[in-house]
Amino acid sequence: MPNAPVPLSWYLILSAVLFALGVAGFIFRRNIITVFMSIELMLNAVNLSFVTFSYQFKQVDGHIYSFFVMVVAAAEAAVGLAIILTVFKNRATLMIDEVNSMKY
Amino acid sequence: MNLWLIPIFPLLGFLANGLFGRRIPKALINTIAVGSVLLSFAWVVKTLLGLSPLETKYIEHYFTWIQSGTLNIGVDFAVDRLTAIMLLVVTGVGTLIHIYAVGYMEHEGGYYRFFAYFNLFMFFMLVLVLAQNYLLLFVGWEGVGLCSYLLVGFYFTEQFATTAGNKAFIVNRVGDFGFSLAMFLIYRQFGTLDFSKVFDSAKGLPVEASAGIITAITLLLLVGATGKSAQIPLYVWLPDAMAGPTPVSALIHAATMVTAGVYMTARSATLFLKAPISMDTVAVIGLATAFFAATIGLTQMDIKKVFAYSTVSQLGYMFLGVGVGAFSAGIFHLMTHAFFKALLFLGAGAVIHGLHGEQDLRQMGGLFKHMKITAITLLCASVAISGVPWTSGFFSKDAILVAAYARAPWMYWVGVLTAGMTAFYVFRAWIMAFLGDYRGHAHPHESPLVMTGPLMILALLSLGGGFINVPHFLEPMFAEAAENQALAWLSAGVGILGILLAILFYVVKPGLADSVAKGFGGLYTLVYNKYFVDEVYDATVVEPLVEGSRTVLWRGIDAGLIDGTVNGVGQRSRGIGSILRLMQSGNIRSYAAWVVLGSIVLLIVIGFSGGLR
Repeated sequence: MPNAPVPLSWYLILSAVLFALGVAGFIFRRNIITVFMSIELMLNAVNLSFVTFSYQFKQVDGHIYSFFVMVVAAAEAAVGLAIILTVFKNRATLMIDEVNSMKY
Repeated sequence: MNLWLIPIFPLLGFLANGLFGRRIPKALINTIAVGSVLLSFAWVVKTLLGLSPLETKYIEHYFTWIQSGTLNIGVDFAVDRLTAIMLLVVTGVGTLIHIYAVGYMEHEGGYYRFFAYFNLFMFFMLVLVLAQNYLLLFVGWEGVGLCSYLLVGFYFTEQFATTAGNKAFIVNRVGDFGFSLAMFLIYRQFGTLDFSKVFDSAKGLPVEASAGIITAITLLLLVGATGKSAQIPLYVWLPDAMAGPTPVSALIHAATMVTAGVYMTARSATLFLKAPISMDTVAVIGLATAFFAATIGLTQMDIKKVFAYSTVSQLGYMFLGVGVGAFSAGIFHLMTHAFFKALLFLGAGAVIHGLHGEQDLRQMGGLFKHMKITAITLLCASVAISGVPWTSGFFSKDAILVAAYARAPWMYWVGVLTAGMTAFYVFRAWIMAFLGDYRGHAHPHESPLVMTGPLMILALLSLGGGFINVPHFLEPMFAEAAENQALAWLSAGVGILGILLAILFYVVKPGLADSVAKGFGGLYTLVYNKYFVDEVYDATVVEPLVEGSRTVLWRGIDAGLIDGTVNGVGQRSRGIGSILRLMQSGNIRSYAAWVVLGSIVLLIVIGFSGGLR
C-alpha cells in the first residue's frame, strides 16, 4: 500500500513521544538553554497534534491555533533568552541548580 | 420675662474669656467676668420684681429638646419662690466672690482660664436652679461637677491638685449614678421628668400603692445628693477639693454647688414626703455627717481644712432640716450658710493671700494688727456660724434644730452638741490666726479693697441675713416649721459656751488644748486622721478596684483574652506559612517537577470525572 495515508495514531504517538521527551528534558536537564529547548519541544509536540486533528477533521481551527502557539513561543523565546543572557552575565553560569537565590 | 437671659450672660462671658482671654488685657477679662455675673444678678432682681409676689410657679418653655416615643423633654425654665432664693444667693454671692477673685487671682498664672471656668460654673449653676425638669437639672448638675473638677485641679502642675480634682469627679460619679437611676425610675413610674407633672401625679398616688417605688426613687435621689453635697458616705472629696484656689472653695465648695443636693431634695419635697423611710434616712445621714465632720474640724491645723469640714458639717444640718420635713428651714440655712461660709473662706483666702500662701494655723497668730478688716469680718462670720443670737446662723440653725426636736428629741441634742463643737472649732481657728504672737516668717499685710469690699458686704449679710424671713417666704410651698423659743435659746447658749471654751483653751490657758489632746490620746489620733476614712476607702474600694482592673481586666481579659486572640491568629498564620514556605526552595527544577506533577494530577482528575464535556 504505497499510497496508503499515514494513520492518525502514528502522528499522535509521535506527538506524545516528543512531548514526553520535552517533559523529561524540562525536569532532568541542568543547562538552562537545554531546559528552554525542552519547553519549545513540548510546544511543538502540541502543535503537531493540533495540526493532525485539524487535517483529520478538515477544519482550519487547529492550524490557526498552532500559529498562535508559534507566536507565543517566539515572544517567549525573546524574553526567555534575554533573561538567560542576563543570568549568565551576572552569574557566569547556566547551571539551573545554581540559580536558586529566589527562595524563602 | 426672658429667664434665659439669666444664665446666658455668664455663658457669653465664658465664651469671650475662654476663646480670647489669652489675647486681651486683664482689665477686660475682669470686666467681662464680673460684668456678666453682675448683669445676670441684675436680671434676676428685675425678673423677681416683675414676677412679685410670685404666688405660683412661673414657667417658660423654649423648645423641645428630646422627643422620643412617650419621652418628651423640653428646655423649660421656671421660677418659684424656692428658685427665687437660689437665684439671688447664687448670683448675689457669686458676684461678690467674682469681685474678690479679681484681687485674689491677680498674681496667678492662667488668669483668664480661671475666670472662664468661673463663669461657666455660674452658667451651669443657674441652669440647675432654673430647670423645670429632672434632666435639665441634671445637665446643670453635671456641668457644675465639671467646673468643680476643672477648678479644683486649677493648679494642674501640682500632683495633689490634679489628684484632688479626679477624686472630686470620681466620687461624684457614684452619686450621679444614683441620680440617673432615680430619673429612670421616675420616668418609668410617671412617664415624664417634668417637675410639675411628676409632683402632680405623685400627689394623687395612694400611699400604700406607691410606697415602694417612691422610696426607691427618693433613696436614689439621696445617693445623688450625698455625692454632690458631700454627705456620708460620699463626703470624702470635699476636704480634698480645697486644693483649688480659695475663691473656688468659697463659691463652689461652700456657697453654691454643694448646696445643690439640698436644693434638689427640697425641690423633690413632694416625693420625699411620700416616703417616710427616705425622710428618716436623709435626717440621720445629715445628722451623722454634721456630727462627725464637726469632730474632725476640731483637730485640723490647715485653716481651709477646718472650714471644709465645717462646710460638710453645715450641709449635714441642712439635710437634717430637710429630712425632718423642715424644708424651708433647710433652705434658710442654705442661704445664711452661703453668706457666712463664703465669708469664712474669703477671709481665709485673704489671710492666705496676706501670708503668701501659708495655710497652716500653727504658722499664723497675731494677725489682728496686720489685717484688721479681715479679722473683724471673719469674726462676724464666726459669730454667725456659731449661732450667737440675732446673727443669721442663730435663726436658721435654730429653725432646723427646733424642727428636729419635733421629729425626735435625740436628734435635737446631737445637733446642739454639734453646734457647740462648731462654735469651738471656728473660734479656735480665728484665735489661732489672729490673736497671740505671730509664729510664721512671712510679712503679713492687709488685702486690697477689691478683696475686703466683698468681705464687708458678706459680713453685713452674715450678721443681718437672719432677718430675711425665708421660712415665711416659702410658706406657700412648704409647711412652716415649728417654733420653740426655749429650745432655740438653749442651742444658742451651747454655741456661746463653745466660743467661751475656745477662748479658755486658746487665750486664757494656752497649752490646755495640747494637754487635753494628749489626755484623749488614741481618740485624738483617730479624729486628727479623719477617722481613717480615706484609708478605709482606699483599702476597701480603691485598691480592690485597681487590683481587679490590673489582674483581671488588664492582664486577664485585655492582655490574655483579646490580645491573645489577635496575636494567636497571627501566630497560627505564621506557623502555617513557615511550613508552606519550604516549597519556595529557589530550586527551579523542583518547580518544574511540581508543574508536571500538577498537570498529571489535573489530567487524572479530569479523566476520572468523565472528561471535559
